[in-house]
Amino acid sequence: MLMTVNNMKEILKVDDLCFDYPDISLLRDVSFTVHEGDFLGIIGANGAGKSTLIKLILGLLKKDSGEIRLFTDKIGYVPQKANSFNTDFPATVREVVMANLYKSVGLFKRYKKTDEEKMKNALKRVGLEGYENRMIGKLSGGQQQRVFIARALIAEPELLLMDEPTVGVDAQSVHAIMKLAAELNKQGIAIVMTNHDTPTLVKAANKLLIFCEHGNSEYVARADLTMEQISEIFAGGRAHNHG
Amino acid sequence: MDNIFSYVFMRRAFLVAAVIAAVAPCIGVPVVMKRLSAIGDAASHSALAGIALGLVLNSNPVIAKILPINPVLGGVLFAVIAVLGIEFFRTRFGRFSELAAVVVMSAGIGLTAIFSGFITSGSSNLSSFLFGSIVAISDFELYLTLGLGAAVIVVSMLLYKELFYISFDETAAMLSGVPVKTINFVLMVLTAVTVSVAARIVGALMISSLLVIPVAAAMMIAKSYKQTMVLSVVFAEIFTIAGLFASYYLDWRPGGTIVILGVVVLIAVMLLSKKNKS
Ligand SMILES: Nc1ncnc2c1ncn2[C@@H]1O[C@H](COP(=O)(O)OP(=O)(O)O)[C@@H](O)[C@H]1O
Ligand SMILES: [Mg+2]
Repeated sequence: MLMTVNNMKEILKVDDLCFDYPDISLLRDVSFTVHEGDFLGIIGANGAGKSTLIKLILGLLKKDSGEIRLFTDKIGYVPQKANSFNTDFPATVREVVMANLYKSVGLFKRYKKTDEEKMKNALKRVGLEGYENRMIGKLSGGQQQRVFIARALIAEPELLLMDEPTVGVDAQSVHAIMKLAAELNKQGIAIVMTNHDTPTLVKAANKLLIFCEHGNSEYVARADLTMEQISEIFAGGRAHNHG
Repeated sequence: MDNIFSYVFMRRAFLVAAVIAAVAPCIGVPVVMKRLSAIGDAASHSALAGIALGLVLNSNPVIAKILPINPVLGGVLFAVIAVLGIEFFRTRFGRFSELAAVVVMSAGIGLTAIFSGFITSGSSNLSSFLFGSIVAISDFELYLTLGLGAAVIVVSMLLYKELFYISFDETAAMLSGVPVKTINFVLMVLTAVTVSVAARIVGALMISSLLVIPVAAAMMIAKSYKQTMVLSVVFAEIFTIAGLFASYYLDWRPGGTIVILGVVVLIAVMLLSKKNKS
């Protein structure tokens, strides 16, 4: 287990989390902590349970046992394959992004002038200034992904959960999205990102949760490890020394 | 030919048609966006079963005396049960959720067929609900339509941003605190009520077309959700008003004329907007 001194505020703490689907045994005793300012990378093969873990954190699935403690209710979520929504849905970028102001606007209420500013500001942060009147279905995969990031940002999250945000986008957008995530992290948003493109994510993250091939998970501080050691953990070897 | 507006029943027909044309897209847009357009058919055919049952009870002199119910109310009851049934089945079919509406519609048609065998007096009554009778609307039906129409418009305006969010991304809406289940329930009940009241006017066989066709036409050219909403109302008004005029002068059934006009315009819009795109 990881033992680092950290005075930062805890944002998310997961202890001994277990979860199975009816006929698939999946998460065993997963433990990790996300502090203010952290960038946690979750690494694992397809089907390892990364999206499942994110959904458990969000409360979209019910855990079997263990603990998930969130110390903020300002959580942003960028779902996996956000760009595989119904692209024929007639909606503008403005409409999609502003919808997520719901918490601050409230039931039955209308948007205010300042909400329009918030939307423009969120688009600016993801580099899509001036795109508010574009139809979301007509944008490129990378642009759509950034719209979904803007949608999360407009609610001013303290924790941003991004599930494979770089899948299905062109190489240039991968770079832009990773750069954006790093920027947001610097601005004080704790980030949890899953990805199976391991090297890119390892570079960006300061903590890693690795789902090993034999089904266990390992929680490590990235700074301690070389890429080779990470592959070793991934393969299930424990010949390293960390923490 | 006389001035069409010199007849009270025609003025009344136009008023009711204009109201229904404004109401139908309020329900139709979120229903189509949620890919539940078959729900209109399921609800209207179930409403028909309720209406048929109402007519059966009415045609029995003893029951009619003890419990004189308006068949439309029977329709509302059955339609509400139907949409709740769809919500129940929808989650159980997983990705094939569209099956839910088809199953419920089948039940509606089956029950209508069975009940209609027991209607003894004036079997033409049922056909007035099948094809509508917009030019023979009672005072009660007029006020019911106006009141209900106003209620549906107000509720769907109040829930405009919530309905958009739920239609676009139900999970995200839920995470941001939208009471998804409640609003889905409200939408379903509004659909049921609209469909069963409108059945009397445009016909149970055609009301779902009025929910869906204006939206389909609007989607061809709209550049936003809001535009889809506005254009759907515009199209629905054009279809119903022009359809009523045409039906009067051609002496065709109003419900059918309205729907066929809608289909023709939809195809025209489709062809024109294709040309613009390529
Ligand atoms: N709703 C579900 N019911 C049953 N099994 C599921 C469900 N969702 C995912 N799974 C299975 O659980 C495993 C983990 O899925 P997931 O968390 O999406 O993996 P990852 O995101 O790491 O690729 C996979 O084998 C997947 O097939
Ligand atoms: Mg996944």
